[in-house]
Amino acid sequence: MKTTGIDKHTLLNLYIIVSKIRKVQLRIEQLYHEDEMKTPVHLCIGQEAIAAGVCENLERDDYVFSNHRGHGHYIAKGGDLKAMVAELYCKETGCSRGRGGSMHLVDTSVGLLGSSSIVGGGIPLAVGAAMASALKNDKRVSVAFFGDAASEEGVLYESMNFAALKKLPVVFVCENNFYSVYSHQSARQANTDITTRPKAFNIPAYNVDGRDVIDAYKKSKEAICVARSGKGPAFIECRAYRWRGHAGPGDSLKAKYRKSDEWNEWMKCCPLKDFKKVLINETILTEEKINQINKDIDTEIDEAFDFAQKSPLPKKEELTKYLYS
Amino acid sequence: MPWTKILIEKQVPGYDAHAGQDVRKLTFPEAIREGLDQALARDKNVFVMGQGVDDPLGMFGTTLDLDKKHGRDRVFDTPLSENALTGIAVGAALVGMRPVYLHNRPDFLLLAMDQIANHASKLSYMFGGNAKVPLVIMAVIGRGWGSAAQHSQALHGLFMHIPGLKLVMPSTAYDAKGLLISSIADNNPVIFIKYRWLFKHSGHVPEELYSIPLGKGIVRRQGKDVTIVGISYMVIEALRAAEKLQENGCDAEIIDPRTLKPLDEDIILNSVRKTGRLIIADTDWVTGGVASEIAAIVAEKGFKYLKAPIKRIGWPDVPTPSSYVLEQAFYPGVEDIINTAKEIVK
Repeated sequence: MKTTGIDKHTLLNLYIIVSKIRKVQLRIEQLYHEDEMKTPVHLCIGQEAIAAGVCENLERDDYVFSNHRGHGHYIAKGGDLKAMVAELYCKETGCSRGRGGSMHLVDTSVGLLGSSSIVGGGIPLAVGAAMASALKNDKRVSVAFFGDAASEEGVLYESMNFAALKKLPVVFVCENNFYSVYSHQSARQANTDITTRPKAFNIPAYNVDGRDVIDAYKKSKEAICVARSGKGPAFIECRAYRWRGHAGPGDSLKAKYRKSDEWNEWMKCCPLKDFKKVLINETILTEEKINQINKDIDTEIDEAFDFAQKSPLPKKEELTKYLYS
Repeated sequence: MPWTKILIEKQVPGYDAHAGQDVRKLTFPEAIREGLDQALARDKNVFVMGQGVDDPLGMFGTTLDLDKKHGRDRVFDTPLSENALTGIAVGAALVGMRPVYLHNRPDFLLLAMDQIANHASKLSYMFGGNAKVPLVIMAVIGRGWGSAAQHSQALHGLFMHIPGLKLVMPSTAYDAKGLLISSIADNNPVIFIKYRWLFKHSGHVPEELYSIPLGKGIVRRQGKDVTIVGISYMVIEALRAAEKLQENGCDAEIIDPRTLKPLDEDIILNSVRKTGRLIIADTDWVTGGVASEIAAIVAEKGFKYLKAPIKRIGWPDVPTPSSYVLEQAFYPGVEDIINTAKEIVK
């Protein structure tokens, strides 16, 4: 992990976002047993650096489309934390007013235009938003976040073909955490090098260590630059490990579907701790400053959960509201 | 496709409400084309996409030369990637565009069902009103000349089942233009299904931009003995049947719902209140379909008006066959409507 060429302000931001994503996840996990968040949660612990690194390169009015494991994307794009937590608590004050839940986060005020829980479903939406940007020539970039299993869906290839054909400003970000629920990538894909596939459409592809926020930041900067300059789409595969099960807290069946050597190897690196070590070693941050950052994040999380818990539930008589616009 | 030309020449001209009158008339595809042309001119956010929209025949004339007039950025051919292209249209709609996505056949929409049913229809609700999808998806039901199982489906029963969609099925050139304008102006995903055999139909179409509200049916013919609800092309068949029934002293009222979602329940119930009898003639499978839905609505809300059992006319529970003999057995028409009316009006 090398911070050369990145200014201090950006590094500080990256640290704040990675830490915030981690801490929000841990708080959800800690409180989930209370059964007040009555929605499936797909934690992204272990994958925080990807969302943080990519979104740090985006403008507020750039577009992001997320997936079922979307808490990190929402936070990194600057989504309102209170509204996100309220959505997990099924409240009317939630970002989707209690109609979406954890898998359908949205905050249009920061360009997070939605999250689909159909694997690969959000990919063409990002291409479509990019097409609108191209038609309007507004220089916005769209980003689609999706997992390794989405690279098994036909819609990805249809989308890449069209995006390349029309040279659309879209960046495909594949977060490869190696597991689709309990199935390992090697049990599902004939060729596990996902970046070979965009190359078939002449789309530049980047390999990112998804545990390394600096790598994610630097390579996505390049990819986003390609898209914004009108050269067409770019593709990033970020490899990171899913520290928890597919959904919910913990990973109680870990021993039954993961190989211990694989687990041990991947758990050697921590996107948060390793980054912190580098920042301290390079005297970019002090322990004291980091403690202050973490304290501020904790306060923000306390306030978000407090807001969510105290918020009103949707009204039953408004069941059909929002069906049509 | 050369056979479409042959088929057109063989087909019987459509019903004309303005026969012999000196009014401006357009064919059904010309009316669609004019609607698209005027929508493109009026709103820079409208664009038209689909496989063959810039072809030399302009998708049976519905998009003829629109690419030349409005530019290839706004009227463009698409790869055969129905699912992604639907999602792409949805994504563009989410950021303020008003896409119109044309398909040759509803059969192909099955390839796009994930984006239609899991995405387009649900985003407004699932994001608590924080998303809107102003999108029109058009397709043309094929029929005859051995088009068979995968080029003749209607499938509006499937679309009616899905909350969040709107569903439009015009039967006249006038309605085609007016409903198209409403569909493009609507902030929700609209499935707009045309019928190939209506393309020969011509009728009065005003030159100016006008719209017909979604959810408003129309009484095509006043009558007192039996209500016939016709869907799409079956409106024409019902009108022909009504003329023959009149010769036998049976006075049929023809209702054209024009949009199936939202459905103008009142116009149907008010008619049944008057006639006491209901036939629904559809261009789709009867089982679990639109005819069954309308029958259920009337059974629930208008049972007390009924003097005879509700009758559904539509396709039998088999795929569309190819041989013209089997096609004749498959498609109901004027005679079926007449016989059914005679059965319940005594």
